[in-house]
Amino acid sequence: MTHVLKIEDLHVSVGDKPILRGVNLTLNHGETHALMGPNGSGKSTLGLAIMGHPGYEVTSGSITLDGKDVLEMAPDERARAGIFMAFQRPMAIPGVKMADFLRHATTNVRRPDRKEGEELIPMREFRKELREKMEHLRMDSEFARRYVNDGFSGGEMKRAEILQLAMLQPKFAVLDETDSGLDADAVRLASESIADIGHQKMGLLIITHHDKLLEHNPPDFTHVMLGGRLVETGGKELAEELHQHGYDRIRKAYPDAEALNQKLLAEEAEEALA
Amino acid sequence: MSTDAPAEPKSEIGEINKYNFRTETTGVFKAKKGINRDIVNQISDIKNEPDWMREFRLRSLDIFESKPMPKWGGSIDIDFQDIFYYLKPTDHQGKTWDDVPQEIKDTFDKLGIPEAEKKFLAGVKAQFESEVVYGSLEEDLAKKGVIFTDTDTAVREHPELLREYFGKIIPPEDNKFAALNSAVWSGGSFIYIPKGVSIDFPLQAYFRINAESMGQFERTLILVDEGANVHYVEGCTAPMYSTESLHSAVVEVVVKRNARCRYTTIQNWANNIYNLVTKRAYAYGDATMEWVDGNLGSKLTMKYPAVHMMEPGARGEILSIAFSSAGQHQDAGAKLVHEAPNTTGQIISKSISKNGGRSSYRGLVSVHPGAHNSKNNVVCDALILDAESRSDTYPYIEVSEQDVQIGHEASVSRIGEEQMFYLLSRGLTEQEASTMIVNGFIEPLVKELPMEYAIEMNRLIQLQMEGSVG
Repeated sequence: MTHVLKIEDLHVSVGDKPILRGVNLTLNHGETHALMGPNGSGKSTLGLAIMGHPGYEVTSGSITLDGKDVLEMAPDERARAGIFMAFQRPMAIPGVKMADFLRHATTNVRRPDRKEGEELIPMREFRKELREKMEHLRMDSEFARRYVNDGFSGGEMKRAEILQLAMLQPKFAVLDETDSGLDADAVRLASESIADIGHQKMGLLIITHHDKLLEHNPPDFTHVMLGGRLVETGGKELAEELHQHGYDRIRKAYPDAEALNQKLLAEEAEEALA
Repeated sequence: MSTDAPAEPKSEIGEINKYNFRTETTGVFKAKKGINRDIVNQISDIKNEPDWMREFRLRSLDIFESKPMPKWGGSIDIDFQDIFYYLKPTDHQGKTWDDVPQEIKDTFDKLGIPEAEKKFLAGVKAQFESEVVYGSLEEDLAKKGVIFTDTDTAVREHPELLREYFGKIIPPEDNKFAALNSAVWSGGSFIYIPKGVSIDFPLQAYFRINAESMGQFERTLILVDEGANVHYVEGCTAPMYSTESLHSAVVEVVVKRNARCRYTTIQNWANNIYNLVTKRAYAYGDATMEWVDGNLGSKLTMKYPAVHMMEPGARGEILSIAFSSAGQHQDAGAKLVHEAPNTTGQIISKSISKNGGRSSYRGLVSVHPGAHNSKNNVVCDALILDAESRSDTYPYIEVSEQDVQIGHEASVSRIGEEQMFYLLSRGLTEQEASTMIVNGFIEPLVKELPMEYAIEMNRLIQLQMEGSVG
């Protein structure tokens, strides 16, 4: 059976402010989808709503995984059901070593029925796998002993997120600007790594402004978000076009969505000042 | 690459209990409830003490009766006449684990103490005496001239050595509870480490209150002679009863020139116990005294381990962890007193409050006249897990010299929604996520502990965290 993550007519608010206004997206296992769009259009909101962030309220619509209601699940249940998100700005957890965090996470995701306090994956087995994955990602073994995202550079954080993707092997992964803040070499490495780990092996939803991350992950579909809706869907040539020419054509073609997008951006700017 | 041993589910707490130490004498005796001259005389009679000790006790009783209760710290609601001050353990003391409330029994089960050790802790005093373990330790170290015995035995067998320091670091006049201890003290450790002797493994003592309405007043004196090195560890537990009990210890430590002493406490008293303890060390030239103080249990703890740096080059370090949950108040902290030039002090305090618990850091840094070029740094971090809980900081700083470096940093944080969400999104439950964040918070201190205690500390934190997420 092919796994399917299905999003139907999804409306999401933050506080009482509507951000997503009816998103429809079907992600089949093995497919790669690029999600593009100008700032403030709601791309990260979609990712966070899929993952179940408590600050993002789904006001209507549905998300299902193989027909199961994802919205009924807590974030940890979603992770154990096979959903993953690589965060744009992952949180630091001071004092918690990457290896310990990953051993807990990996155990729970691989054994979704594990009860609290039950044994973790055997240390030896886990270490071996982690070492192999880290070598493969060309990460220094010292990384495993560092505290989760604590004092990491932007590039290190993104690579740590990719390492988690590699260890957790989800069915579906949302990658939120896993290329932002990286130099050209680092983006290429990230692109190769993601291709290696996930391309055609998971359902990937790649949020990006550029086409570099897509170099090794040619999207089967490219979606453009504007004003909280997917206004256009195409193939990989659409991603190339947007990367080269920007969003002017889209903004003109969908003036209503563009107006909403501008309104949201203005409100965000106001809040930032206040 | 390595991962933390504390993440392993098996606890090594049994290792700690192998070294249990407790004062025992033969016979059966339980003094009447309450405190007066008769009771104090009775204790001295039973111990067959020399006159100087009897007089010390009686003088301390007068001081105790004349001193008011402390007006700061936590609220102390003790009827001093409703406590047993002296209970000589016998087979009739007879609190087995079956008499103990289920939650305490469960606690020890969850701690993973092996079945053998569970019997050991079941309160069968013949086993609790643990002469073999203790004796063999003593025998091994005795060859080097080390003394590690209970303080009652030391009064009889090492009177000159004991008398030179007993009550000199913490005199009965120091505070009401030091006076109380001085009047009714029983048990505790007496340690002497001869010049140049370095003990590679910790000396350990385990204190357990078994009886209801019991007061435990152990008295510990540690003498570390020049160039010597010792690590002393104590653990404390007690069963839960409906009435309050009192634990009021006095611990005096002398660290002579170039010597080093580390004193580690993992206190996990039941939540009906007032834990009012006075601990003080004198560190002489180039000596180092470290207090590692973990407070997880008790109803109210008031404890501020102190280091007086008496001669140039002395160092004092205090690492303090406090965890307070529902009905608990940890008023913990530290005192560093620079009495000589070129002395260095550091305090690192971490507190966690949850389910309405209250943690306070209360600290004193004092630089006396003449203590030129001294350095002191204080860092206190508080983590508050919910809106019902509370954290306070009371730093007192007295500086009498200009050419000194004094630093103080304090932070208070709450577990952030974003941190929680991040861990949940990786498949951790709320319980696991908050426990992980708390363990990370105290990691800088726990990594200073020997492995077995680090594991125990993490296990105790985990137990404290259970049921903390609604």
